[in-house]
Amino acid sequence: MTGTLLEAKAVAKHFGGVKALRDVSLTIRRGEIYGLIGPNGAGKTTFFNCMTGLYVPDGGGFSFDGKPLVADAPDKAAARGIARTFQNIRLFGNMTALENVMVGRHVRTRAGVLGAIFQNPATKAEEAAIRQRAIDLLHYVRIEERADDLAKNLSYGDQRRLEIARALASEPKLLCLDEPAAGMNGTETEQLRELIDGIRRDGTTILLIEHDVKLVMGLCDRVAVLDYGALVIEDVPAVVQKDQRVIEAYLGA
Amino acid sequence: MKNSQFFRSTAGITLMAAALIVLPFVAALGGQAWVRILDFAILYVFLALGLNIVVGLAGLLDLGYIAFYAVGAYTWALLASPHFGLHLPIWVILPIGGLLACLAGVVLGSPTLKLRGDYLAIVTLGFGEIVRIFLNNLNAPINVTNGPQGITLIDPVTFGDFKFSGTTQIFGIALSGPQKYYYLLVALAILVVIINLRLQNSRIGRAWQAIREDEIAAKAIGINTRNLKLLAFAMGASFGGVAGGIFSAMQGFVSPESFSLIESIMILAMVVLGGMGHIPGVILGAVLLSILPEALRYGVGPIQMALFGKMLVDPESLRMLVFGLALVLVMRFKPAGLWPAPERKRESGEIQQVTAK
Repeated sequence: MTGTLLEAKAVAKHFGGVKALRDVSLTIRRGEIYGLIGPNGAGKTTFFNCMTGLYVPDGGGFSFDGKPLVADAPDKAAARGIARTFQNIRLFGNMTALENVMVGRHVRTRAGVLGAIFQNPATKAEEAAIRQRAIDLLHYVRIEERADDLAKNLSYGDQRRLEIARALASEPKLLCLDEPAAGMNGTETEQLRELIDGIRRDGTTILLIEHDVKLVMGLCDRVAVLDYGALVIEDVPAVVQKDQRVIEAYLGA
Repeated sequence: MKNSQFFRSTAGITLMAAALIVLPFVAALGGQAWVRILDFAILYVFLALGLNIVVGLAGLLDLGYIAFYAVGAYTWALLASPHFGLHLPIWVILPIGGLLACLAGVVLGSPTLKLRGDYLAIVTLGFGEIVRIFLNNLNAPINVTNGPQGITLIDPVTFGDFKFSGTTQIFGIALSGPQKYYYLLVALAILVVIINLRLQNSRIGRAWQAIREDEIAAKAIGINTRNLKLLAFAMGASFGGVAGGIFSAMQGFVSPESFSLIESIMILAMVVLGGMGHIPGVILGAVLLSILPEALRYGVGPIQMALFGKMLVDPESLRMLVFGLALVLVMRFKPAGLWPAPERKRESGEIQQVTAK
């Protein structure tokens, strides 16, 4: 169970003259909930995008699950076992909730055009398995009653849950959540906390980017703080909370 | 309950089948021209369903779809006419036509992978025109396409000794050429509907829809958007190629004129007007848009004569005017199309079963 799952080595990324990431190095261990916090514009999402292949880093690199992660295409990252959600929810709006999760099974299934046209037994069996797994996942995030509603018609909280279910459908080793609690009220945040905790207990490592400091400190095993694209500290919440540089970064003192 | 449902759907299918069988004889009462109009309506259903894969499912706006139709049509024309002296059988030509069109789809698709929406539309529009102009000018230095004169005396579809042109007697019933083509086209169209339905509810079909809805999220979930977009282009194109081959055989004549931009736009209009991505809607759109202009063509003149005793407006121009107005009205009052996909009913039975476990 223990050991390093993801290691970032001196990852750098700049947009023109703006250094969004300055040699960020950190390690995520198997089975932990790892928090990544920092003020707005600190480079959290940029780091995320570099890792999941949406951006190509200008320097440094990642190793994932013991092998280097050539993050030049998002679908490769997903195939390796990194799934993500988005800060601004990105669901397939005109597909049903169930279909959204079924799409999530794409990288772990293989039926092609000919299989679809001729409906051979292997394709039928795979399709049934995809559907069953998707239904199970909707149960897991507790939105099974919305299975046949279009994703765009779901409530905000349910959309967040659906996005997590879709990410889980790809059987990730590392689940990356980009500000999942943004815009949620107290009750919804508490329910989300339970869900994330449950996912970890079921064996998935989680990287959590979050603004809600209380949620991060209560939930994460270790926390990293980014400020102006650089890593400030990486430690257990109790230490991070008391760190003078973190307080300065957040209060701008 | 289940029995009555079964009965109703069986009765529905039987009724529809009966209607489809009788239709060409009813149309023949108004003359063989009407049977030909029916043939073209079904050919357009075929084409619109092919384009629906590209536009409706994968969300790639393609304004040059007719180019693939042209590739298929010219493949048939060149391989089964006195032009090169070749007379290959249908099961050789149709696959070649489909494959060549498929190849053309990949050729068009690969440079446009990063384009979306308007930009993609403009590139595909250009591609459509390039193909047409190519066909128009490929008569020198080597005469391949016979240029603007087109290719004549193209072989009709034949299965063994059974020819689809001319009248034959079957069980004492006289079947004209267009009537025979009608049945061939209906059979092909049913095949295409089945392929479309199966693709739509498959892993590949869902991936296409995901790309249409949000390409970045689709990539992040592990969909190789490059390959799947190419696949959509290739699939759509090969349908166009097969339809082109039948068109060529049915007409006995092809020229570059048949593959102008307005044809691409017509097919796209069928898909959009009927209801993008919804197969019954696309079929409705194709049938309406191919029959309506013809009905206007034949209807407008006599009505004017009856009302005013003379021709006030040239039927040809009025036809396009009414047609345009109809399009504008549909887009104003039914922007999602005449028959859009309904929000699917909750499959409550299935969910309850799972909950009970």
